[in-house]
Amino acid sequence: MMPRVRKQRLYIVLFIVLGASFAAGLVFFAISENMNLFYPPSDIVAGKAPVGKQIRVGGMVVEGSIKREPSSLKVKFDITDYGDAITVVYEGILPDLFSEGEGVVASGKLDANGVFQAEEVLAKHDENYMPPEVADTLQDRGHVPTGAVGSANEETP
Amino acid sequence: MWSFLKSFYHKLGSPKWFYDISGKWLPWLAGLTAVLLATGAVWGLLYAPVDFKQGNSYRIIFLHVPVSFIALVGYYIMAIAGAITLIWRMKLAEVVMRACAPIGAAMTFLALISGAIWGKPTWGTWWVWDARITSMLVLFFLYLGVIALGEAFTNKDAGTKASAVLALVGTVNIPIIYKSVDWWYSLHQPATIKFTEESSMHPDMLYPLMIMIGAFYLLYAVLLILHARGEILYREHRTQWVKDLVKSSSGKL
Repeated sequence: MMPRVRKQRLYIVLFIVLGASFAAGLVFFAISENMNLFYPPSDIVAGKAPVGKQIRVGGMVVEGSIKREPSSLKVKFDITDYGDAITVVYEGILPDLFSEGEGVVASGKLDANGVFQAEEVLAKHDENYMPPEVADTLQDRGHVPTGAVGSANEETP
Repeated sequence: MWSFLKSFYHKLGSPKWFYDISGKWLPWLAGLTAVLLATGAVWGLLYAPVDFKQGNSYRIIFLHVPVSFIALVGYYIMAIAGAITLIWRMKLAEVVMRACAPIGAAMTFLALISGAIWGKPTWGTWWVWDARITSMLVLFFLYLGVIALGEAFTNKDAGTKASAVLALVGTVNIPIIYKSVDWWYSLHQPATIKFTEESSMHPDMLYPLMIMIGAFYLLYAVLLILHARGEILYREHRTQWVKDLVKSSSGKL
């Protein structure tokens, strides 16, 4: 049996851990929305994001939507969360991993027409890692080797 | 069984016993760590295939993921040692708790730095204030806080108690770090190595990564034992066994 004084200390320790967890839980419940790094396009279409304020949007670049201006670094593309889509305009150098069907996070301001004027575009890669040959095989078999594939392993020869 | 556990527990209470037994383990542990580290690093950096999107830059995963794992797990070890210190006043737990903090801080620092170096070529930025990275920075400050509080009192006992309480309070951050990429929209991608389902990484890359994770667990154990032994010698420097030890080894050094 545990002596009384140790039992008491055990309760104090449990109280500290549970109390801190409870407090942290309340705090994160209160600020949960603000913990998001970016707005998804459907929140922006739904009018949840402020217009003219510095915000971030994130989503997948829509296939075939990238339009570059030949004479400058201006680029225009749509991003989607497979619900709604918004148009992003950006002038500058894009990260290497930026391409159609890939995730991006852009920071900038939403203008009155609902077009996002980006000042910075970051690539958001997914959690899948595989050799190029495996990715090719997956693509040949009609799988898109991005976030849509749950596991990279199941289709390997 | 029970009597064995009980005697083991009582032995654990003796710093001298720990010093003797860990001295016997240390060469084996260190040797195995070196072998695993070398195997994992050579396999991961030279022989594992390139990634289909990131090319060679993904290879920093073989450092980034192991140190991040250890940074999180090490915090729990420190907090559990802190709880044992508070409840049972066990000397060895106090030593372990104090030894955990600087190692954990170093691992967290490495995780942050390797993440930043990885972020530049893949994301396009060194740093972003998303939930994962920010909570990891909080973990770094928690480790520093535990170190600082432990040294902040002239009475060493008070310092130990204060840092044990901080270590316990800080445990709430660990599940937040781990789940941050699932709970909120973040730039950091979700976990690749999953405990409940198949990992989303090709086996040719996953095996060396697993070896590196194992190697870093062992490295952590080696560092913890080394640090704890140093702390034990310092605390017990007035006892007869440490004096004998110094006398018998002074000729060899």
